[in-house]
Amino acid sequence: MTTQQIHSGYGELNLADEKIKLEVNDLRLYYGESQALKTINMQIPEKRVTAFIGPSGCGKSTLLRCFNRMNDLVDICRIEGQILLDGQNIYDKAVDVAELRRQVGMVFQKPNPFPKTIYENVAYGLRLQGVNDRRVLDEVVETSLKGAALWNEVKDRLHDNAFGLSGGQQQRLVIARAIAIEPEVLLLDEPASALDPISTLKIEELINELKERFTIVIVTHNMQQAARVSDYTAFMYMGNLVEYDATNKMFTNPSQQQTEDYITGRFG
Amino acid sequence: MRAWFKTGTPWIWLNAGAIALCLVMVIGVLGLIAVQGGSHFWPADLQRVEAVQADGSKKTLLAEHVRTEQVSAITLKDSGVALPDNAESYARHLLKLGNRDVYGRDFAWFLDHDLSGWEKPANAIVIERREWGNFYGFPQQLLQQDKVIAEGEALWPALQEAMARANALHDDITDIEKGDIGKINKALEALRLGKRTMELQGASAAEISQYAQQAAEEQAALDAQYAQLQQKLEELYTEAKRDSLKVVTAEGKELTISLSNIVHAHMPNQMSLLDKSVHYVVSIWNFLSDDPREANTEGGIFPAIFGTITMVILMSIIVTPFGVLAAIYLREYAKQGTMLKIIRISVYNLAGVPSIVYGVFGLGFFVYIMGGNIDALFYPEKLPAPTFGTPGLFWASLTLALLTLPVVIVSTEEGLSRIPSTIRMGSLALGATKSETLWKVVVPLATPAMMTGLILSIARAAGEVAPLMLVGVVKLAPTLPVDGTFPFVHLDQKIMHLGFHVYDVGFQSPNVEASRPLLYATALVLVLLIVVLNMAAIHLRNKLREKYRSESD
Repeated sequence: MTTQQIHSGYGELNLADEKIKLEVNDLRLYYGESQALKTINMQIPEKRVTAFIGPSGCGKSTLLRCFNRMNDLVDICRIEGQILLDGQNIYDKAVDVAELRRQVGMVFQKPNPFPKTIYENVAYGLRLQGVNDRRVLDEVVETSLKGAALWNEVKDRLHDNAFGLSGGQQQRLVIARAIAIEPEVLLLDEPASALDPISTLKIEELINELKERFTIVIVTHNMQQAARVSDYTAFMYMGNLVEYDATNKMFTNPSQQQTEDYITGRFG
Repeated sequence: MRAWFKTGTPWIWLNAGAIALCLVMVIGVLGLIAVQGGSHFWPADLQRVEAVQADGSKKTLLAEHVRTEQVSAITLKDSGVALPDNAESYARHLLKLGNRDVYGRDFAWFLDHDLSGWEKPANAIVIERREWGNFYGFPQQLLQQDKVIAEGEALWPALQEAMARANALHDDITDIEKGDIGKINKALEALRLGKRTMELQGASAAEISQYAQQAAEEQAALDAQYAQLQQKLEELYTEAKRDSLKVVTAEGKELTISLSNIVHAHMPNQMSLLDKSVHYVVSIWNFLSDDPREANTEGGIFPAIFGTITMVILMSIIVTPFGVLAAIYLREYAKQGTMLKIIRISVYNLAGVPSIVYGVFGLGFFVYIMGGNIDALFYPEKLPAPTFGTPGLFWASLTLALLTLPVVIVSTEEGLSRIPSTIRMGSLALGATKSETLWKVVVPLATPAMMTGLILSIARAAGEVAPLMLVGVVKLAPTLPVDGTFPFVHLDQKIMHLGFHVYDVGFQSPNVEASRPLLYATALVLVLLIVVLNMAAIHLRNKLREKYRSESD
C-alpha cells in the first residue's frame, strides 16, 4: 500500500458542497518507536456524521483521540503534522488544551459517569467553567438531558446517584454531559459497543438528531451501524486511511479491494 | 485417599481450621479479660472465718474470698510451713482482708485446714475509703462531734444520709481546690510572666516599676481572694470532719473512720441479687468516670480514657492531610522512575520500624529541637520552665502521626490507583485540567481507601505504648488536656493513656493483688475503646462507599 493509493481512494470524494470543520494534514503519530498513524490526510465536514471503521488496532481510535488531544496523556506518544479546527491548528503551542476539549467533546466506549448525582454529572462541565447560577444550571441540565433523550426517564430522580442508571442510560447521560457544554464537534468512540441492542438503537437515533447541531465523528466496529448512522465513512487499516467516501458509495461500490474485502467480511 | 485430596476437601478443612483457631484465640483473650476484669465490680460476700496462726492461737477474720489454688507440699515445706500430715498438695485460699491500716497488708494466703467456721454475718460492712483501701468490719455508731446520733437499726439510714452530705462536701472542696484556687494561681503566674515579658522586651525601668506597682495591686486583690477561699476551705474541712463512724473489726478492735474519708459503703451479705446488680453497674460507671486514687490501685480511669481519645483524634487530624497529600503527589504528579521507587520503598519500610525508635526520634527531634525552639520564640518569659520543650499531648500525637503515616500513604495510593482511568478521561474530555479532575472526581472516589488507612492507623495508634512513654504520657496527670479555659485544648499538657495505664498498673503497682482486677478491666476498656473508634471509622467509610459507589468496587 503506497501513499499514492491512499490519495486515490480519498481523491474521489467531493466535499465541495460541504463546509469543512476538521482538516487533517499529513498527520503522523508514533508510540515510542512504532508508527501508529501513517500520514493521514482527510477533511471532515460540518454537521455530518463521519464514521471510522476498520479492524482492531488499525488506528481509528487513535486518530479520533487526536482531535481533542487525548493522546497528550500518553507519555510516549509523538505527533507530527497538523489538525485544523475551523482553520486553526489545534497542535499549535498557543492552544489551550482544556479550551479545545470544551469545543471538541468526547464520549467513550464504556459509560463513565462520575460518582455524583445525575444532575451534577450534567452540570460538571459548566461548573468547571465557573457557572454556578442555579437557574442556568437547571435549564442546561434539562435541555441537555432532553437532547440526549434521557429527560423523561430521569426527570424524577435527578439527584440520585448516576450509578443507579442502566448501561444504556449511563451512556446517554455521558452524551448529555458532553453536549451540556455546547461543543462544536462530538467524538464518539464506539459509543454503543458495550450496550444491548435496544440501547444501541436509541443511541443511533440520538446520533441522527444530534447531527443537526454538532459535527460528529464516530468510531465503530459495527459496519451496519456505520452504514445506518453516518454520512461519510473512512476505512482504516494498519495506520493508513485506505478509503474515505460517502457512506452510500462506500458500502455499495468501494473503490479499494481491501475495503470491499473488509466490508464483505473476508478479513478483519 | 488420593481421590479425597483431589476433591479439595482437605483444603477446606485446613482453611476452616485456621479460621476456627484464630477465632478461639481472639474470643479466649477477650473472654479472659472480660471475666477477670468484670468480676472485680461484683460485690463479693464477706466471710467471717477462724484462722489458726503460726503460734497455734486462733484469730477471727472478716474477708473477701478471692480464689483457691492447690499448692504442693514441697513448696510449702521449703517456705517453712509446718504441715500436719503427708498429703501431696494442699488447698490454700487467698483472702482479701482489707484494713490495711490495721494489718499492714490487705491480701493474705491461708491453708484450707487452718481455716474453720466459715459464715456470712449479715451486718458486715464494706467501706471504700479514700485512703488505706477498703475497710471490712461491723458498724457500731454514727458520731457527730463525738456524740452518738445513731446506732442499731437507725444506723444504716443515718449513715447513708451522712455519706451523701460528706460526699457533697468533698465535691465542693475539690471544686475550690482544683477550680477557683487554680484560677488564682494562673492569674498570679500571668502577672509574673507579664513582668518577665516586659523585662525581656527591654522596657524602661520606669515602665517596669509602673507595671510592678499595678501588678502588686492586682496581686494583693488575688491574695485577698485566696485568703477568702482558704477560709472557706477551712470551714468545709471542719464541716466534713463533723461526722465519723465508729466501727469494729472482726477481732474486736475499735476504729473511728471520719466520713470525709469514705467514698462508699455497702453491706454485701444483706444485698439481694437486684441490689448487687445495681451496685455492679454503678461500680463500673464509677470506674469509667472517676479519677484514679492511691497510686492508680483504686478509683477510676477516666483521665486515661479521655487522654487516649484526645490523642487519637489529634493524631487523625494530623496524619490524614499529610498522608493523603503525600500519596496524591506520589501517585499523580511525581515522575515515575527509579527515584520514586526508592522513595516508595522507603515509605513502605517506615511502617516496619519499631515504634520505640519513633519515640526516641520524637523526643530528640520534636520535643527537644522543635519544642525547644518554639519555647525560645514564643514563650521566652516562661523559661527555664519549658512549655513545648517537654513531652506533651501534641508531641505524642505528632509522633504517632509519623508512626502511622506510611499506612495512610499506602492505602491512599492503592485507592487512587484503583480509580478507573475512564473516569479521569471523562473529566479531562470535558475540559477539566488535571488538578480539577483530581480534586473533583478522583480524590472523592478515593476517600473510602483513605478511611481504610485511617482505620488501620487508629487501631495501631490507640494501642501503642512504648513511644508514648518518651513523648508525653505520664502515670498521673493532674488535669485533663481539654477544659474550659483558653485555649481549651492544652497541647503542651501531659496526658494519661490507657495502654500506659495497663503497663503502670500491671508492673509498677505497689499492691499487685489489689491492682490485678483493675489491670484486666483497664485492658478491656482499651480493647473496647479501640473497637468503638474503629466502628465509628468503618461506619463513616461505609457511608462514603455508598455515596461513591462505582462498578470498580
